[in-house]
Amino acid sequence: MSKKELLKIEDLSIYYITEDGTVKAVNGIDIKLNKGETLGLVGETGAGKTTTALGIMRLIPNPPGKIMSGKIEFEGKDLLNIPEEEMRMIRGNKISMIFQDPMTSLNPVMTVGEQIAEVIEIHQDLNKQEAMKKAEEMLELVGIPAARVNDYPHQFSGGMKQRVVIAISLACNPQLLIADEPTTALDVTIQAQVLDLMNNLKEEFNTAMILITHDLGVVSEVCDKVAIMYAGEIVEAASLKQLFENPRHPYTLGLFGSIPNLDEEVDRLKPITGLMPDPTNLPTGCKFHPRCPYGTDICAKQEPKAIEIEDGHKVKCLIYEGLVDAEVKR
Amino acid sequence: MTSNVAKGTMTVEKKKNKKRSQWAEVWRRLKKNKMAMLGLAILTILVLTAIFADFIADYDNVVIKQDLVNKLQGPSAEHPFGTDEFGRDIFARMIHGARVSLRVGILAVGISIIIGGTLGAIAGYYGGKLDNVIMRVMDIFLAIPSILLAIAIVSALGPSLMNLMIAIGISSVPSYARIVRSSVLSIRDQEFIEAAKAIGANDLRIILKHIIPNALAPVIVQGTLGVAGAILSTAGLSFIGLGIQPPAPEWGAMLATGRPYLRYAWHVTTFPGLAIMITILALNLVGDGLRDALDPRLKQ
Repeated sequence: MSKKELLKIEDLSIYYITEDGTVKAVNGIDIKLNKGETLGLVGETGAGKTTTALGIMRLIPNPPGKIMSGKIEFEGKDLLNIPEEEMRMIRGNKISMIFQDPMTSLNPVMTVGEQIAEVIEIHQDLNKQEAMKKAEEMLELVGIPAARVNDYPHQFSGGMKQRVVIAISLACNPQLLIADEPTTALDVTIQAQVLDLMNNLKEEFNTAMILITHDLGVVSEVCDKVAIMYAGEIVEAASLKQLFENPRHPYTLGLFGSIPNLDEEVDRLKPITGLMPDPTNLPTGCKFHPRCPYGTDICAKQEPKAIEIEDGHKVKCLIYEGLVDAEVKR
Repeated sequence: MTSNVAKGTMTVEKKKNKKRSQWAEVWRRLKKNKMAMLGLAILTILVLTAIFADFIADYDNVVIKQDLVNKLQGPSAEHPFGTDEFGRDIFARMIHGARVSLRVGILAVGISIIIGGTLGAIAGYYGGKLDNVIMRVMDIFLAIPSILLAIAIVSALGPSLMNLMIAIGISSVPSYARIVRSSVLSIRDQEFIEAAKAIGANDLRIILKHIIPNALAPVIVQGTLGVAGAILSTAGLSFIGLGIQPPAPEWGAMLATGRPYLRYAWHVTTFPGLAIMITILALNLVGDGLRDALDPRLKQ
C-alpha cells in the first residue's frame, strides 16, 4: 500500500446559521487519510459526522450551512477554493458518497441501470449503450444479476438497493469513498454482507474510505484508523489497534463501557450519563466536561488541546496535559 | 453450482415476463376503474371522429354550404341531428367542431403546462427571491378571473384559433405553476436528489431527469381536467363571439347561434350542448381515474 497522502483536513469548522441561533456542527477538526486507508468516524447522533462528510463533498446546504474556516486538501488541491464546475467533476468521480438510507437515495422512477449509467455518462466520455453496458458490469460486481438492469428500485429489497448504491458510488473508480452509516438501515445479516462487499471492492480498487458509523463493531471489522467525534470535535484519533487496546479519552471509554462484552460477566452496562449538549449552546472549556466522570472545575474553563500520547494517537483531554489528576481506567 | 446457475436463469426469465415500469403499473390500476375506462372510450371515439372528420362529412359541400330551403329542420334520416338556421347539417358540423374543440383544448393545456411547469420548477427548485418574484407574478394573474383574462388577451390579439389557444393557455398558467412548484418543493429535499448532487449532476440534469419525472403525476391529472376547462372556455369565448369565427363550426359558437331559435328548433342548441357535456364528463372521468391510479397510497 502506497503511503501517499490523499486527504488532509485542517481546522475545519462548519456552522448552521439559523434564526434560533448558530448550530456549531463541526468545530476545528483535523483529518489525515492516505491512499487506500479506511478511517472510521465514530460518534453519537448529532456529533457532526454527516456534516463533516457533506463538507468534504461541498454539499452543505447553504443557507443555513456555512463552512466558517479550515482547509480541505484532496490530492493537493484545496477543495474549498475551486469553482463549483470543477467540484462537480470531482463529485461521483474522485470522491463519491454512500448515503444512509438506500430506500430513499435511489430515484423511484428511473431503472437502477439508468441510475448507474448516469454517473458514468457524467464523468466518462461514453455513449448511452456503453454506459449501460458498464452499468451491467457494475451490477454483476456487487452481486446482482445483470438481467435486473431494467428493474426499478421498488422491485429490490433494502440490502439489494444498498448494493445498487454501492455500484453507483464505485462506478467511476473513485479515490475516496465516503460511506455515511451505510449499514444502519439494514438487517444485521445483510449488514455483514454489505460490509464484506464494500471491503472487498475497496481492496480491489485501492479506494480510501471514510466510514461514518456509531457502531464500534463495524469499525473493528473494516477500519485502519479511527476518529471519535463528540460535539463537533475529534476527541480521540488513533489506529484501530491503539484505540481498541488502549482507549484514553473518557468519552471513548464511555462508549466502550456501553457495549455488552461477551468475555466479562456484568450485571449492568455503564451508559454515559446525560445527553449530548445542545449544539447552539455548547459548554465552555472541554465540551464533554458536564458528562465526564473525571470532570473538575478547570475542565469548564480551559479548552483541551490535542496531545499526541503515542505515535499517531491523539487525545483531546486535560488529563493528558497534566492539568487534571485522574487515572483513566476501563 | 449448476443448480445455482439454472436457478439464476429461471429468475431472469421470470423477471422479463413481469417487468413492469411505474407507468405499466398505473395503467393496470386505471384499467380496474370502470368509469375511467368509459371516459377513455368516449375520448377515443371523439379523437377518432376528429381525425377522420373529412371522411365522414365533406367540409366545403356539407359543413359550411348553406341550404336555406331546408333550414331549422328537426332530426331525420337525412340529417340525424337536424339542420341549423342556414340549413347546414348539425351532425356534420359537430364532427368538424370536435376537431377545433379538441385541438384548442389539448394545445392550450400544452402551452400552460410548458410555461407554468417551467416557472413552477424553477421557483420550487431554487427558492428564495426567485421563487418569491415568480409566484407573486402568478398571484397577480390568479387575481384576475381566468375567463376575463382570456377575453382581454383575445380582444388584444384579435380573434383567431391560434390566439384563442394562447389566451386560454396563458390564463391557466398560474395553476400549473403552483402545482409543479409544490411537488418540486417536496421532492427537492429528498435524499435521492442529494445523491444525484453527490454524483456530480448539474442543476439542469437534476431538474429534468430527477425532479420533473417525479412531479409529473399531479400535472397529468390537472392537465386532463384542464382540457375540459379549456374546451369549456373555448365554447364560452365562441359564444360571446371572440372565439372561432363563422362559418367555421365550433360547439360553443353553434350553441350561441341556436339560442334565438330555442323555442321552436330545440335540436340546434341541444346537440352541441350535449357534445360539450359528454366530452367534459369523459375528460373528468379519466382525470379522476388517473388521480386515483397515480396515488401510490392507494396501491393494494
